[in-house]
Amino acid sequence: MLLIPCPWCGERDEIEFSYGGEAGVPYPSDPAELSDEAWARFLFVRANPRGAFHERWVHTHGCRRWFDLTRDTVTHEIHVRER
Amino acid sequence: MRFTFASAELAARDGETLAAALVRNGVRGGFTSLYRGRPRGVYTAGEEEPNALVQIGSETMVRATLVEVTDGLVAEPVAGKGRLERRTTPTRFDAMNAHCDVLVVGGGASGRAAAARASGRVIWLDGRRSDPDLTLPRTWAVGIYDDNYVLAVERGRRVWRIRAQHVILATGAIERPTVFEDNDRPGVMLAGAASAYGHPEGVVAVSGGWSPRVHLWSQARGGLRWDDRIGAPVPSGDLRGVECVGSLTGEGLPDAAPFAIPDGDEEIMFVDLERDATVADVRRSVGAGLRSLEHIKRFTTIGTGSEQGKLANVLALRVAAELLGVHPGELGSTTFRPPYLPVSFALLAGRHRGELFDPVRVTPIHPWHVDRGAVFENVAQWKRPRYYPEENETMESAVLRECAAAREGVAMMDATTLGKIDVQGPDAVEFLNRIYTNAYDSLAVGMCRYGVMCKNDGMVFDDGVVMRVGEHRFVCTTTTGNAAAVLAWMEEWLQTEWPELRVRLTSVTEQWSTVAVVGPGARGHLAQLTEIALDSDAFPFMAIREGEVAGIPARVCRVSFSGELAFELNVDGRQALALWQAVYGAGPITPYGTETMHVLRAEKGYPIIGQDTDGTVTPHDLGLGWIVSKKKPDFVGKRSFARTDTARGDRRHLVGLLPAELVAEGAQIVARPGEHRMLGHVTSSYRSAALGRPFALALVQRGRERIGETVVAGGVAAEIVAPVLFDLEGARRDGVGV
Ligand SMILES: [Zn+2]
Repeated sequence: MLLIPCPWCGERDEIEFSYGGEAGVPYPSDPAELSDEAWARFLFVRANPRGAFHERWVHTHGCRRWFDLTRDTVTHEIHVRER
Repeated sequence: MRFTFASAELAARDGETLAAALVRNGVRGGFTSLYRGRPRGVYTAGEEEPNALVQIGSETMVRATLVEVTDGLVAEPVAGKGRLERRTTPTRFDAMNAHCDVLVVGGGASGRAAAARASGRVIWLDGRRSDPDLTLPRTWAVGIYDDNYVLAVERGRRVWRIRAQHVILATGAIERPTVFEDNDRPGVMLAGAASAYGHPEGVVAVSGGWSPRVHLWSQARGGLRWDDRIGAPVPSGDLRGVECVGSLTGEGLPDAAPFAIPDGDEEIMFVDLERDATVADVRRSVGAGLRSLEHIKRFTTIGTGSEQGKLANVLALRVAAELLGVHPGELGSTTFRPPYLPVSFALLAGRHRGELFDPVRVTPIHPWHVDRGAVFENVAQWKRPRYYPEENETMESAVLRECAAAREGVAMMDATTLGKIDVQGPDAVEFLNRIYTNAYDSLAVGMCRYGVMCKNDGMVFDDGVVMRVGEHRFVCTTTTGNAAAVLAWMEEWLQTEWPELRVRLTSVTEQWSTVAVVGPGARGHLAQLTEIALDSDAFPFMAIREGEVAGIPARVCRVSFSGELAFELNVDGRQALALWQAVYGAGPITPYGTETMHVLRAEKGYPIIGQDTDGTVTPHDLGLGWIVSKKKPDFVGKRSFARTDTARGDRRHLVGLLPAELVAEGAQIVARPGEHRMLGHVTSSYRSAALGRPFALALVQRGRERIGETVVAGGVAAEIVAPVLFDLEGARRDGVGV
């Protein structure tokens, strides 16, 4: 079980958190302008790298706030945390 | 002390293990191997014991080397395979959480030195030892997970979940067996065990050298390298926060003798005693072309017993290397997985069983439901009355009676479990416009509106009623099971995409209770309890009125989930039971449960999200296209409605079904008998008092175009009809003359 550093609460067990997938995939500014293909890419396509992965978490059973961090998908080492 | 083994009464000394007592009593065999039925005896003095497995009470596959004899103990030998008890174990198990700066695993000399050196909060444990200076004597570390999360088991009764900054592994080394003909005979045992048991008579001591106990290190994803000097793998490389000390590193272990498979019958040279696997089996596996230890393990089953290869793995590696004529380091190693020792599920479950398995949520009115003899159903964590049987009544007759009361007289239901989210802030309207498919600008204060929300893929996620209770304040209801998920969903958008919106969300599910008063007699019934004007002009459909009901401050909404005239009374949860009793006492009224609620809403074609939908259904599929705004520039899910797949013509639509007899929910729908191509499935199915017949809701491909057609649902002929089956004009919601 990961030990996840919540930027507001500090390090807590993974069971207190929910995973939010890849970070930095903003909601398109005008979805109506997008082709079906571009919209489908936003909906369904996410990176799945071996190594550093920028991802979102929410402290569901704590402060309920969202934050991003970078986790190495091989070692599970968490490198950076951002509010 | 006396104990019984295989019906023989024997004597034991204080603090002696069962295995030690057996050996001292001259028992050399006593056990039988799993597959070949060969006689076996105690082989080790530790947790790696492959032969001496016993049943004690309800616990099976207990290692005789690990259990201390108590007076009157009764142990029966188990031939390699236990049997699960059908009854629940009466043993109580528990769990503890702990944090420390340093966790030392192992009570030998190097573990002791590491514990003495460590500073801060130190936990020092060992599974075999009971030295009083250990923090946790007789406690095995069985698993190590991410970020030094260590699972340990104290005396087989208590789980410790330890988060350590730094872990020092001093797990030592394990003596290896070696191979020769009949090396499994009773009386053959490892040299270390023979010495631990005081070199008893008639014992043949064997040793194939020593292998570091690398299990925890390897579980933590530490690397391994073959050490030629000791003839076994040792930890290699670095691991953040984990350190190996003592003989685990190979240090101080004796040089391995040269290894060779002796001449003789390889079918009786055992490599894995618990699995009855021999040198001949390894030879067959390499003969079949297998080159990696992982594959050899799967072919021979070596290391797959409850002993998990503690003895056999390194020996198998050496045997295979010799047969292949390669260096053992070239064959790799197997993956070490937790737990290091067998751990019972009951122990892992701890106190989380029976009533404590999951929290139970009840409404403030629950005691009344219990007194009344309600039959309950679980809805998420809630206990909800399903129906209230009168004497000798079945569910079917109770539900028909409750439905009739709601359609013809007056009935009441505890609707407290619906999720309620208080949405406040100057941007609340804008927020709701983006979350729901319909618009909220035009919703006046004091009115409410039905709303549906979708995910980005355009599929329906939840529905409920949005009440505008102030200029900048709304209360949104959610389905009972989805309350937390909807709040989390709203929070996610507010925090991650729309931080500029000034809106705050609060769950008020527990603070408010809701009592629905339903039926043509609802107005007359309620009029006895309140000064609020209840006629349709003063209190129209979808309006909200604040006032007192039975002297209790209430927010009353004219919403209906049954098609009948209905008032939902929302009050402070602490006064809900008093309100319920007042409403019940004001004249004849029938309490009804969720089953009746389901029938009433289904007769009106109102879908239940999560029952009539499954995450692949759009509002249009449900026939709720009217609730999808065409004017709003965007809202969650909007873009997906124009996707090719979402807009295609042959999607499944929610329709009504009139089957010849009651059909099962989930039943497959096909066009004709004998046809296999599925057109859809039944999502809800009931008997209707109002229709005098069974009916169903279903998702059917191009369903709305098939109205009037007959299909086959679960083997039963059924006519497809519009989903609204009762009161097609919607005339009843303002009440009918009673
Ligand atoms: Zn937090």
